Amino acid sequence: MSVALVIVSHSAQLADGVVELAAQMARNVELRAAGGTDDGRIGTSFDKVNDAVTELRAAGHDVAILTDLGSATMTVESVLDFLDEEELEHVKFSDGPLVEGAVAAAVTAQVGGDLDAVVAAGRARELFG
Amino acid sequence: MSDTLSVAWALAWIRGAQAVLAENRETLNDLDRAIGDGDHGENMDRGMKAVVGKLADGAEDVQGVLKVVASTLMSVVGGAAGPLYGTAFLRAAKATEGDVDADGAVAIVAGALEGIVARGKATTGEKTMVDSWSPALDAAKAVAESGGTAAEAFRAAAEAASKGSDDTIPLRASKGRASYLGERSMGHRDPGSLSTTLILKAAADAAEAA
Ligand SMILES: [Mg+2]
Repeated sequence: MSVALVIVSHSAQLADGVVELAAQMARNVELRAAGGTDDGRIGTSFDKVNDAVTELRAAGHDVAILTDLGSATMTVESVLDFLDEEELEHVKFSDGPLVEGAVAAAVTAQVGGDLDAVVAAGRARELFG
Repeated sequence: MSDTLSVAWALAWIRGAQAVLAENRETLNDLDRAIGDGDHGENMDRGMKAVVGKLADGAEDVQGVLKVVASTLMSVVGGAAGPLYGTAFLRAAKATEGDVDADGAVAIVAGALEGIVARGKATTGEKTMVDSWSPALDAAKAVAESGGTAAEAFRAAAEAASKGSDDTIPLRASKGRASYLGERSMGHRDPGSLSTTLILKAAADAAEAA
């Protein structure tokens, strides 16, 4: 089962840009941007995150989610709250710096890392101690 | 004034909260601009207008009203207030069965506080809405334990929340983006503590009119 990434940012442009950047080194990894609110403002959208997760799961992927700021993380955690125990084995939040984390996570997914490896890579701890 | 609060109270509460949050939109934006990204008033106004729209046809019971508030705020707000108030109302809904007596009022405030703490991982003294919800719960509990009504419990909660909000002014923020300001966050009221106060006041006002 391949691992896909959902990039959650307050800014739609930032989410798209991170996806663009991460895709460069991870051509076969499914990357989804979930940036901005439903009506195009700065912020995060429960529905955008939830829809991305639902679609990727339906396509058979495990899903790692990365965020830019604390309130994006709260949105992601709200989405995770609605998943059952079994789903939570397949959908995980990776708490790291967004750009470095997304690149590291995407590369790890590209080379066949499992969800836990991708989530660990996304934390980018070797960069920030 | 009736001792237990029904779905009519819950609808009046939420409509009243929407009106007062709309009135205070600029005040909340200004407070958030001082120590955050300046959108708290706009976000709450947009969120509560959507909630009131969804409740246009009423709801089955108090729990049903609280659930609509939760899911709508989570989807519509966009800022930190969305998941925070969304989780607060969701936990409040889960703690509610049937009409609301004084213990039910305590359960609603306790559920809300529990949700906010679970989501935001803040404790008191960090210049967040917890600084209003936490004393609000203590005050509501004291009323319920001394045999007061649900309306009295909400009034005490609102007054304690207001005092808690005042007490955030000198605090240094240690959660959220306001914490990046360090000492410069001191001297400003936390916007979430004010929206909390307004929401609890609306609950008390609606309860006294019920
Ligand atoms: Mg804000």
